[in-house]
Amino acid sequence: MIEFEDVGHDYDDHAVLDGVNLRLPERRVAFVGANGSGKSTLARMINGLVLPSRGRVLVDGHDPAREGRAVRKRVGFVFTNPDSQIVMPTAGEDVAFSLRGRGLSKSQRRDRAAEALARHGLDGYAEHPAHQLSGGQKQLLALCSMLVLEPDVLVCDEPTTLLDLRNKRRFVERLEQLEQQVVLVTHDLELLEGFERVIVLDAGRVVADDLPETALKHYRALIG
Amino acid sequence: MTPLGLYLPGTSPLHRVPAGWKFLALLSLAVLVLVVGSPLWLGVVTGMVVLGYFVAGIAPRHCWGIARLLVPMLGLVFAVQWWLLGLDSAAVVCLRLLAALAAANLFTLTTRVEDLVAAVERGLRPTRRFGVRPERVGLLVGLTLQAVAALSTMASQTREAQRARSADRSVSAFAIPFLVRTLRHADELGEALAARGVGDD
Ligand SMILES: Nc1ncnc2c1ncn2[C@@H]1O[C@H](COP(=O)(O)OP(=O)(O)O)[C@@H](O)[C@H]1O
Ligand SMILES: [Mg+2]
Repeated sequence: MIEFEDVGHDYDDHAVLDGVNLRLPERRVAFVGANGSGKSTLARMINGLVLPSRGRVLVDGHDPAREGRAVRKRVGFVFTNPDSQIVMPTAGEDVAFSLRGRGLSKSQRRDRAAEALARHGLDGYAEHPAHQLSGGQKQLLALCSMLVLEPDVLVCDEPTTLLDLRNKRRFVERLEQLEQQVVLVTHDLELLEGFERVIVLDAGRVVADDLPETALKHYRALIG
Repeated sequence: MTPLGLYLPGTSPLHRVPAGWKFLALLSLAVLVLVVGSPLWLGVVTGMVVLGYFVAGIAPRHCWGIARLLVPMLGLVFAVQWWLLGLDSAAVVCLRLLAALAAANLFTLTTRVEDLVAAVERGLRPTRRFGVRPERVGLLVGLTLQAVAALSTMASQTREAQRARSADRSVSAFAIPFLVRTLRHADELGEALAARGVGDD
């Protein structure tokens, strides 16, 4: 379970998050809010990419500030820009890269990578140059490279913002099928179907926290 | 379109040579062309590299990217050298560049990055006692090769955007957005690596 205990964050003496108290046991949790409301900062705290200036974050009782490694083993992260998440030349190598240091042989890594690609809509792409994939395929590849590590939680920060409608739908379909807990940051209210809880941020504070329908009413009134 | 060749799966003898030996051969060839000063012998070495492309079964269309990069560059170098130092030195410099770059390209076409990374890690294992971390060096090698592909994608995207606004000839209309893209890419890539546990091991 993810917990925020009175979390605040400052950039250059300017508070971008303040007084965030949340316990997130639900399987599908979403954050919405205007640009600059602090969504990305909050999401990055879940795997310790950003450490809170005040308060603390816990993932299954582990504090990312002190046990970054243990937390990152539990939490996968998909970013907005598909181009920036690929570190190896081919799709198969990129997924296999995630498995470094797990004590697997090269052929085991390659098999697992191919398996993961097949499971997430990239069957047969193992030898394909990663940079020649479409934006949507790259984002699926980023997802694969995370899921092959079997995290308990997957955090996605606006994963569909740069995708076209069809690729967006494809990506969302994959997300829906996951057993993992998913924490989704999004602008796109269409993605919230099936979510159990939607949290609205405004200027670094939680201003609504409810079932999607009720929370979105708040959000719409806010951006009015 | 990437200027440098990416791995092309194949079963040729060159594909099957272990990555570490191939890498050593590439390094030796680079040293050799620096030491050899005769245009004739450099021509022979270059000819051998070209032969390597045939052995590896690389189709000419896969050489188009590197040719487009090499031909104008070599042409320019040749012209400048000829003017400054004469025909002989111009030929020597250009043959050196041609042999080394063509060999490096052949290497990337016939070697999986993953295999190279593993070979580097294995080769550097004895240096661990001097505080070198072979996994880090291996990762660096892999990322460097990947960065070449990423950078050339960004360069062509920037050039397209520049053309779309018909700012074809402006250097700053290319350089500044390209620099911004590159820096943003580096920043985001660093974050993505951290999220994948690099630095935790
Ligand atoms: N690295 C940083 N340095 C300084 N300010 C930042 C940095 N990252 C984000 N900010 C600022 O923090 C605020 C919240 O940003 P962010 O969490 O990215 O919001 P969101 O994802 O909701 O758009 C914004 O005002 C942004 O400008
Ligand atoms: Mg954001």
